Amino acid sequence: MTDLTTLQLVWFILIAVLWIGYLTLEGFDFGVGMLLPILGRATADTADARADAEKRKRVMLNTIGPVWDGNEVWVLTAGGATFAAFPQWYATLFSGFYLALALILVGLIVRGMGLDYRHKVDNDVWRKRWDLAITGGSFLAALLWGVGLTNLVYGTPVKPNPAVQGDYIFDGNLLSLLGPVPLLGGLTFVALFITHGAFFISLKTDGEIRHDARALGIKTGLAAAVLAVALLVALGVKHGSALSWAASALAAVALLAALFMATKGREGWAFIGTFACIAFAVVVYFAVLFPNAMPSSLGDANSLTLAAASSTPKTLTIMTWAAAVFTPVVLVYTSWTYWVFRKRIAVHHIPEPVSIR
Amino acid sequence: MNALDLARWQFAITTVYHFLFVPITIGLTACIAIMQTIWHRGGDDRWLRLTKFFGKLFMINFALGLVTGIVQEFQFGMNWSLYSRFVGDIFGAPLAFEALLAFFLESTFLGLWIFGWDRLPRKAHLASIWLVHLGTVFSAYFILAANSFMQNPVGYTYNPTTNRAELADFVAVLTNEVQLVTFPHVLTGAYMTAGAFIMGVALYHLRKQALDRGSDLAMYRKAVRFGAIVALVGGLGVVVSGDLQGKVMTTYQPMKMAAAEALYESRTNAPFSVLTIGSLDGSSAKPILEVPGLLSFLGTGSFNGEIKGINDLQDAYAAKYGSAALTQSASYVPTIWLTYWNFRLMMGTGFLTMFFAALALWKTRGEGVVTGRIWKHIAIWTPLLPVMANSFGWIFTEVGRQPWIVNGMMTTSSGVSSSVPASSVIISMVIFTLLYGALAVVEVKLMLKYIRPGAVTVSEPIDPADRHEDAPLVFAY
Ligand code: HDD
Ligand code: HEM
Ligand code: HEM
Repeated sequence: MTDLTTLQLVWFILIAVLWIGYLTLEGFDFGVGMLLPILGRATADTADARADAEKRKRVMLNTIGPVWDGNEVWVLTAGGATFAAFPQWYATLFSGFYLALALILVGLIVRGMGLDYRHKVDNDVWRKRWDLAITGGSFLAALLWGVGLTNLVYGTPVKPNPAVQGDYIFDGNLLSLLGPVPLLGGLTFVALFITHGAFFISLKTDGEIRHDARALGIKTGLAAAVLAVALLVALGVKHGSALSWAASALAAVALLAALFMATKGREGWAFIGTFACIAFAVVVYFAVLFPNAMPSSLGDANSLTLAAASSTPKTLTIMTWAAAVFTPVVLVYTSWTYWVFRKRIAVHHIPEPVSIR
Repeated sequence: MNALDLARWQFAITTVYHFLFVPITIGLTACIAIMQTIWHRGGDDRWLRLTKFFGKLFMINFALGLVTGIVQEFQFGMNWSLYSRFVGDIFGAPLAFEALLAFFLESTFLGLWIFGWDRLPRKAHLASIWLVHLGTVFSAYFILAANSFMQNPVGYTYNPTTNRAELADFVAVLTNEVQLVTFPHVLTGAYMTAGAFIMGVALYHLRKQALDRGSDLAMYRKAVRFGAIVALVGGLGVVVSGDLQGKVMTTYQPMKMAAAEALYESRTNAPFSVLTIGSLDGSSAKPILEVPGLLSFLGTGSFNGEIKGINDLQDAYAAKYGSAALTQSASYVPTIWLTYWNFRLMMGTGFLTMFFAALALWKTRGEGVVTGRIWKHIAIWTPLLPVMANSFGWIFTEVGRQPWIVNGMMTTSSGVSSSVPASSVIISMVIFTLLYGALAVVEVKLMLKYIRPGAVTVSEPIDPADRHEDAPLVFAY
């Protein structure tokens, strides 16, 4: 810990910030995807009810339409930044979690295709298939990001590679990633994202769906709260620090405040609450991780430390300049997009489906 | 097959697939931006119709480029962990820059462009598509800089304590001599591809309109000519930059040049064989048509320049690299038939595209139209040929680099992931191949569905200031 330089610390924090950006933003996209079959369910088996349900689905999808791709770029940046700032971390993590990551990628691929292709053909079978892709892909990715990140910080069988000086390898397989705490992490991510997505929908839509989403978010939020508390305690008991406990407490308070605000009908505050909860949860994860990049379950001496994983000061300096100059620019135009699409969407805003069958 | 071969197949399949969509995205954003600019300036609503028509086709294509790109970002760590650790200090930065400078720009402004027809003032909306294009150009620059490092490592030093290559000069990495010729080649190749795409689609409609006496004949003629000009200008850029690449390649990767011609013995005034029968292993090749001195010219700029042969190079490399673990290899010769044929196919499909483009320009001059059945085939092949040329070019470049993952620095076999079992690679390869195959079928069908009705009439976009609160959205998912 003592041999960590300021630049290395800065980049560890920046990578945490990128993950906060990713999970708080893509989190509600995933939530919307998972809520599609629930809030978009037909209330009766009649043609009218089905048409109404289809409109509701489209309202939901259009809340994330212009922004989901940009939200996804946060994780690409996190990946690129990890590669540049901590190459050994990138190498060990992504080769180690190979199959889990491949499944996440499958989830992201089918979800993205669904979002882009669903509306392109006016045909029920077509839409049904892409609905499955969107919901299934969102669920798979949310669950596995939770499992993966929890594994990362909880500790995995990582050790130095005897064959290559400086290299670290992951000495497990897909099954060794499915321990109880990581699975709890996965479920917590799913529940939190559903709640986050529900509050996002209630903030961005109008009409019946707005109220349904808010009511549902309160219910799933209670489940998320129970799971989150269990998870944060499990992480804290094993690797807690003052910072991680403080962030855990803030995450819990934020979530409860969100639920309280939702019951009062304050949708904006409810959304900010889940947003903050996710952000603090990421802080907990990175606080637990520190000062390692990949803590080892085979004894601390085997852990891959941030210092050992890091790039040279030269690379870190260049990257710092780039981040300092370009991140504000990105934030400005990203915020502007949210402002351009700030209006609530309701069923009557939804145009007729395209005429292509 | 061992884990190394599998990792190579896995990487090759997913990357070639990604690059089927990439050139169309890069080139089409520019073409659409130009079309929209023409409409914006002149108010001719035919250009608005074309903008929206090709905009839709673009989005169908873009979706696949996007989702397959995500895989690329993580693949280096997944399949090539030892490579990633060894060069990460240099190689990671361009990837991070690409995300920060290019991907955010592309995705954010594309969202604004697609959904923003009735939300943004016209000028801001037009600026959006130009910014998307700028994003794709940045993206290409950074990723190609990373790739050029692998073809010709510069700006680094080896640090024995950490046992890896470390950054010495970032500017040198970004202005690698290989990069300076590769970037224009790939960029103009992308313009050519998009031009050919537009031309092919418009030709199909032009011919239909000519046969059915349709009222949109003039519009499609404009589109055909637009696409053909872009394809020709792009093609010219590709030829010029390709020639420059040949010279740079001869300097830094002479083995690749020798492999491109299957030239076993060093010689001056080396010929270029257009086609060859027989085996390419140096024993019984029979060139069918040979252009004397052309290979020397491509490689050195002089018809009498010396091109080194495979045998000499193999001996020199074995002596130079054979003793160190990272650089030793049983052979330093790439797979000759792949380099030989891919090089020719790249050029051949490119020239054929340019020929079709020139023919279409000639036929549609004045009031000219096309009606013959042959034009139906040309309409189908013109978009496909440059897409194929791009793949041939990459396969040539990447196979020709073998056995190196980083030329002269690290072999591919020493870059493979240190702890990924073959079974994992097989599983993921099967999953990705099946998924990609299915998506390709869906994409082509959807593309055809959207091409068939053509550029339908559209209403003028509403100014956001005049938009009624409760009016339906102009574009919605
Ligand atoms: C010459 C250009 C070029 C090349 C060689 C590559 N790409 Fe690519 N990539 C693009 C040009 C591009 C693009 C034009 O910018 C794309 C195509 C569709 C899109 O969304 O942007 C893209 C998309 C794209 C995305 C999705 C971006 C988003 O979500 O908006 C990622 C993560 C990558 N690419 C990563 C890679 C990696 C790691 C490559 C190396 C193996 C690679 N690409 C080769
Ligand atoms: C997008 C266009 C590209 C295509 C179509 C392409 C194609 C290929 C192919 C066919 C191979 C397999 C070669 C072999 O193993 O015999 C390969 C390998 C590889 N390429 Fe590329 N490539 C592309 C761009 C890139 C870029 C931009 C990079 C790096 C920035 C890159 C990095 C690699 C690596 C690391 C390997 C694996 C090692 C190897 O087999 O040499 N490729 N690529
Ligand atoms: C007369 C025409 C052409 C010549 C002389 C030419 C030359 C070359 C050369 C020498 C390379 C290898 C560079 C290296 O490995 O260092 C290359 C690669 C490549 N070519 Fe071409 N080319 C031509 C046409 C085309 C066309 C028509 C396309 C596509 C539309 C194309 C796309 C590519 C691509 C994508 C690569 C791989 C990336 C790169 O290394 O630039 N080429 N070309």
